[in-house]
Amino acid sequence: MPNQTEAPPVEIPHALVRGDLLALYRYIRLTRTLEERLVNLHRQNKVVGGLFRSLGQEGESVASAFALRRRTDGTGDMLSPLIRNLGSMLVMGAEPVEVLRQYMAKGDSPARGKELNIHFTDYQRGFVGQISPLGDMVPVMTGVTLTFRQRGEERVGMVYLGEGATSTGAFHEGINFAAVQRCPLVVIVESNGYAYSTPTAKQSAVKAFVDKAPGYGVAGEQVDGNDVLAVYGAARRAVDRAREGGGVTLIEVITFRRLGHAQHDNQSYQSVEEIERWASTNDPLDRYVATLLGNGWASEADLAGLDTQVERELDDAIAVADASPLPQDEDTLLDVYADGPVPLPWTRHTLPDPARA
Amino acid sequence: MATLIHDRPEHVRLSAEGKPVTLLEAIREGIWEEMERDERVFLLGEDIGAYGGAFKVTEGMQERFGALRVIDTPISEIGFTGAAAGAAHMGMRPVVEMQFIDFISCAYDMITNYIATSRYRGSGGVPMVIRGPSGGGVRGGPFHSQNPEMAFFHTPGLKIVYPSTAYDAKGLIKAAIRDPDPVLFFEHKWLYRRPQLREVLPAEDYTVPLGEARTHREGTDVSIVTYAAMVHKSQEAAEQLQREDGLSVEIIDLRTLLPLDEEAILASVRKTNRLLVVHEDTRTGGIAGEIAMRVNEKAFEWLDAPILRVAALDAPIPYSPPLEDFFLPGVEDIVKAVRHLAAY
Repeated sequence: MPNQTEAPPVEIPHALVRGDLLALYRYIRLTRTLEERLVNLHRQNKVVGGLFRSLGQEGESVASAFALRRRTDGTGDMLSPLIRNLGSMLVMGAEPVEVLRQYMAKGDSPARGKELNIHFTDYQRGFVGQISPLGDMVPVMTGVTLTFRQRGEERVGMVYLGEGATSTGAFHEGINFAAVQRCPLVVIVESNGYAYSTPTAKQSAVKAFVDKAPGYGVAGEQVDGNDVLAVYGAARRAVDRAREGGGVTLIEVITFRRLGHAQHDNQSYQSVEEIERWASTNDPLDRYVATLLGNGWASEADLAGLDTQVERELDDAIAVADASPLPQDEDTLLDVYADGPVPLPWTRHTLPDPARA
Repeated sequence: MATLIHDRPEHVRLSAEGKPVTLLEAIREGIWEEMERDERVFLLGEDIGAYGGAFKVTEGMQERFGALRVIDTPISEIGFTGAAAGAAHMGMRPVVEMQFIDFISCAYDMITNYIATSRYRGSGGVPMVIRGPSGGGVRGGPFHSQNPEMAFFHTPGLKIVYPSTAYDAKGLIKAAIRDPDPVLFFEHKWLYRRPQLREVLPAEDYTVPLGEARTHREGTDVSIVTYAAMVHKSQEAAEQLQREDGLSVEIIDLRTLLPLDEEAILASVRKTNRLLVVHEDTRTGGIAGEIAMRVNEKAFEWLDAPILRVAALDAPIPYSPPLEDFFLPGVEDIVKAVRHLAAY
């Protein structure tokens, strides 16, 4: 061990400060631990639908969103996550208790029991809930960022999709329109090996998804998705470019989906060795911890303290979410239209037509 | 407002000057006035800018309102429909033009899965309008003649408007733009420039509420419930029936299909006890089926005859004049059906 007082301090890159580094660590840890807690709740049948994990991808989710200007009053940047971007949403200010209520289908969840998991929205904090048809959020975020341009606001949008969704027409039409209009949009393509069970080679004939960028006339960058600070750097360059009027950037994030598409998926189509290799040698959290400790940017005690905080926070959040009520039957009828509930016909849920009794 | 009106190009101040307008001019004035009234209103579509749109509905608008409020888009119905939704999330009031309404199918996923469900999912209402030239009778062939309204009728969260007169078209496009929910606004191209539909509209601002049908013609013997171009075919048939048979036909113009004005339909049925539904859309899965079911549920005992329908044939829309004329419902079809009902 060299004498610490003599070693030159390692400079933190990308104009980040030590507090940022610890915040990044905390968000990644929070994402991973929250998902582990959700697995337990799923086993207890408290999570009522499917459960989607981002194990191995938490670093890129958190680091990319961390490059955005985050506000709580609707004036900051906006992102639209995909199913494996729980980390991005937590960075934007989504609360674990909200995510838990969503997964547990509670009446006081952000989507009030009408939509599942991390499909929820808060325009004040700056995230737009996704829908399940893939690629659709690219045109939507094109519109969000088009409005930033129309109003002359210096705001930026970020949209996530897996490599599989680059095969959709929505992706193509959205990024092309955004490129033409020079929208301040960052498109993050997470190349994680599989779209459900379909391997990347069956999805596209391109060697690298970043190669699609020149086809749309937009900037492109490929980055090691499990290197937290490299992802932050790439996202930061793209966000700055967008904010300065440089238009769209496509970032290809190279990562790996270590678990199945959802909790039910046994990954029969994947090689155990490949999963094991990524887990043991290329885990974003392990790598980030090594970076933090190796450069002297954090101590074991710092990280252990944050881990304990996360565990406590989640204990409390789970207790609150568990005690939350389920929605009321009649809520089904609300929020189809602004001007009142849709009708409940007398042939459903009611006694025979009183007029005929 | 007075100074504004003098600032307007001639083609969008016809009503302000007391001159008659076509259905197309009425829609154009409605959009223009909404853009003047509310800076959040903006337009997206193919060739709508300098060119003014395939039917010139947006003529002169880019010049007046600029390229950020009248946006020429790439050929990408998913792209610009989705973008409109995103802009609506940010508080804008987008109005999307489908160059021909036939192309709305390209954006079916975006409209039904994303836009229509947004409020319900907790992502907020999507106040936007999707509008475009619709309908047959102009030799447009299979992809420039469709009436796809019923493909969307089955989607909760949407509103569907399909006007038949210049007055309604202007009042409804304004109401649609101001509505907090997504509205599909169908414009019948056979009615766009029909000189018979020219009328003098109020010089001042007005709207026609969504969801309310209109009695186009009072009558006592048979009710025809219809909309769009078929209102005028039904009118022709009603005049012939009055003349030749002494029959008094009532015509209800739905104007808005979703939400459906059930009360107006039931009231007319209670009055005449005989119902014919006429639509230019194809027969199977057309709105006649839904209307018949509602009447069956709520006014069965008022009927003196089975409900009939006159609709287009269950085929794609053919191009050649004899084929298209055979395909579309005509005045003689309506006359025959009403006579059958009256004699039942």
